[in-house]
Amino acid sequence: MKPYIPEYVGTVTKYVFVDSPDTTPQDIATAAYEVAQGVMIKETCFGCQITGTPEDVGRIVDHLRKLDPYRIFVKDRGFPPGDARRCRADLGGARPGYLGHEFEMKMAPYISFGLEAVDKMTAEELEIAAGEQLPVEEPLDADILEQLMEE
Amino acid sequence: MAKVFIYPATSLMLSDLVARYGHTPLGSAVSIREHIQTPGFDSPPLQMTSEDPQKGLKWAAVEVPSGIRGRMSLYGPLVEEAEAAIIIDEPELSFGCMGCARTNELLCFMLREKDIPRLELRYPASREEGVTFVAQIKKFLDDLKKEDTA
Repeated sequence: MKPYIPEYVGTVTKYVFVDSPDTTPQDIATAAYEVAQGVMIKETCFGCQITGTPEDVGRIVDHLRKLDPYRIFVKDRGFPPGDARRCRADLGGARPGYLGHEFEMKMAPYISFGLEAVDKMTAEELEIAAGEQLPVEEPLDADILEQLMEE
Repeated sequence: MAKVFIYPATSLMLSDLVARYGHTPLGSAVSIREHIQTPGFDSPPLQMTSEDPQKGLKWAAVEVPSGIRGRMSLYGPLVEEAEAAIIIDEPELSFGCMGCARTNELLCFMLREKDIPRLELRYPASREEGVTFVAQIKKFLDDLKKEDTA
């Protein structure tokens, strides 16, 4: 074992995802660079990653959200970009992960539509919309399961 | 501003919605960040150390596999810190090995046992469900704000 000296202590890293017909990941990265003021920006195929102090990252995220408020999604990331434990440049081959992001980005159009609709709602309309139930998958009937097992 | 635990803890959509409506999302990235920014001893190839399963003993018994205790050393402090929780029922994206599955079960159990406001819902599968999904989350988070100010 050797001493572990962490890098980028006190920083936060955020992913910025975009799924929009009007705004491309390149637009996001360019807009982020415009207000970066020395903060580390990494362009990606889905948007960008921003690493810096919480205040700086918050400022850039607020700026980016204004570009396409309903179609830009932001989340925290634990590792900074280029971390030797996660970066393909060091590991080689395919990077593990991103499966969750791929899965959730499939429903981005539904959530974008929902965000836009909810933003225009009054308090009463919101109450009604929130009162509706999302459909629940019916559990497999025990008799059907038994029948399947016998077959 | 409340600290809202999100399940799945890596969820992009929940993390975004919670932050968008003015609260702090508590997900795995928060504890991973804290973990990797703390000096200590290197434990290649990843950031887990031999101390983590011991820390996890606070939330999982000694006979529970070390994989679960290791994971609980990341999630346990977040659950204790949480003031509210949003849980997606049976999310496909959290499907993983047995360690992940049992940790997820324990995590949901702890969140349901804890006396905090909780919203349980499913992922949307259409635009209409998207509206319901966002509306439920917005209302839940707005109510948290009202509780804070009350």
